[in-house]
Amino acid sequence: MGHSDSLALARQATDYQKLEFEYRRSADQDAPDPVMRPVVVIGAGPVGLALAVDLAQRAVPVVLVDNDNTLSTGSRAICFAKRTLEIFDRLGCGDRMVEKGVSWSVGRVFFRDEQLFRFDLQPEAGYHRPAFINLQQYYVEGFLADRARELPAIDMRWKNQVTGIERLADFVRLTINTPEGDYLLDARYVAACDGARSAARQLLGHETKGRIFRDRFLIADIRIKEEMPAERWFWFDPAFHPNQSVLLHRQPDGVWRIDFQLGWDADPNEEKRPEKIIARVKALLAHSTMGESEFELEWASVYTFGCLRMDSFRHGRVLFAGDAAHGVSPFGARGANSGIQDAENLAWKLAAVLKGHAPEEILSTYAAEREYAADENILNSTRSTDFITPKSEVSRLFRDAVLELAKTYAFARALVNSGRLSLPATLCESPLNTPDTEAFAGVMVPGAAAADAPLLRHDGKASWLLAELGAEFTLLIAAPVAQDFLEQKSALTLPEGVALKLVCVTRAKPLTADELGDEQGLLMRRYDLSPGSAYLFRPDQHVCARWRNPDAKSVAAALRHALALD
Amino acid sequence: MELITAQNLQAPDDFYEALIEVHQGLAPEQSHALNARLILLLANHVGEQKVLSQALLAARGTIQTSQH
Repeated sequence: MGHSDSLALARQATDYQKLEFEYRRSADQDAPDPVMRPVVVIGAGPVGLALAVDLAQRAVPVVLVDNDNTLSTGSRAICFAKRTLEIFDRLGCGDRMVEKGVSWSVGRVFFRDEQLFRFDLQPEAGYHRPAFINLQQYYVEGFLADRARELPAIDMRWKNQVTGIERLADFVRLTINTPEGDYLLDARYVAACDGARSAARQLLGHETKGRIFRDRFLIADIRIKEEMPAERWFWFDPAFHPNQSVLLHRQPDGVWRIDFQLGWDADPNEEKRPEKIIARVKALLAHSTMGESEFELEWASVYTFGCLRMDSFRHGRVLFAGDAAHGVSPFGARGANSGIQDAENLAWKLAAVLKGHAPEEILSTYAAEREYAADENILNSTRSTDFITPKSEVSRLFRDAVLELAKTYAFARALVNSGRLSLPATLCESPLNTPDTEAFAGVMVPGAAAADAPLLRHDGKASWLLAELGAEFTLLIAAPVAQDFLEQKSALTLPEGVALKLVCVTRAKPLTADELGDEQGLLMRRYDLSPGSAYLFRPDQHVCARWRNPDAKSVAAALRHALALD
Repeated sequence: MELITAQNLQAPDDFYEALIEVHQGLAPEQSHALNARLILLLANHVGEQKVLSQALLAARGTIQTSQH
């Protein structure tokens, strides 16, 4: 058994729910004057960990502080979307997530005891990652934390609670409380990823605004031997839980997640009693083929939610990301997924500013782009919630009319809204985009997150487009490339220190050493490529410009524009 | 396409009679349910969001709401 195998086995044995991280005294606590750090990330949840790993991979030293020393309590966020998995791939932990997670793309919607329809979120093959995996949040955090510990640029400080934030002209001064008392730490930039009840947000006197929904939900995780398909099942008004909705998901380790709508009048303390929860689960099982299967209650929580966000995600040198910045209902899996996308949007921009590749103003585009994405998530989430929990008699009337019609008529199924599942926002209004001057078909417009496609390498190995994209900017170009572009290429002047990777794709055979083969033609179709067509991708794999036959000058100009240099 | 507000029904009296007839024998709640389904069926037939928005506004515009 090789070293990596035994390491993998040792990791398998890790109980991430019980894992405790050690508080260690930092030399910064003994410094006579506060030490200046480039970036301090507050909160070692999925968002803070992803941001720290991304920054460290970009050679930016990060201090990651967390007020606690354990991972997520309970499974919490469990649905991780394809785009998030692609980000995890870039962060070096995608394989572990997918190996452990339950991959799924099919959902079923039931009304009372009847299946209304089934949907498939990824009907077409040719993507490296599935539409979704279900994975307990403590695994996601655990795998990210394992990855973070491999990166010496990350200084993780557990039991370090931020109790003061002072915004000064050129830096931010933090007061941090530890088991050994307080110390001061200065940071050029601070990323607040400390969750829905963000202490950082409160310390700066900001708030999230929006709608709080008058409804309560019960989450029950049960451990059961029965196999259920790896699918998302949603019931409107089932006989075993009349007048409410129920959502069922499979998680790893033989755990099922059941989400019962309870209504606003439910007593949260009463609903948390195990006997009460067990009775609800038994009713569900009795109405299924599982009958009287034995199960154990693993974790339960009664929750309410709102759809809200901060007015601005940037306050000078303090940037807010994830639940600290915005909140949604759980229907659609738009919480953790959008938080991870916040982190990836922020990481390359912070790195570019700290390395002097981009002006500080680029951080305002972080706020603008992710506020736009948050609005999209909030809109989708609010619509789902209004369908699942009608707020008026007439809303209920139309909801039920849609469900009744959906039994017979296919058109009505498009109106059934049990959650519109997380897709990355297309940042079509981003100031970093260079607008199209030529026509392209399809959805890969400037601002879109890159769609994956299978590629074949010169050495015969299979690869994927996203795996071939560079850590910084990438120019994807379809062969045959015009000779004059190749001649100009050397004259392509980039800002100092900025890297541009060229990825040349072709359908022709045999492949030359610097070409990748698009055997199935999926890449050509998804990007509407013709010979000489080119796409410029940002470091976060979003399209920022495209051309039919670019000259080097246009590419250099679009790249400078994407760095907010012009 | 704009919402047609000029007379466009092939057989106005036949349609009106059928509309009343289809509610025959229904309790008020059942009639409400039928109306809702009818609206959804017709909306799907129209399809175009702009026309549907104009229809929603046109209908709402004829409802007197009390001033407070």
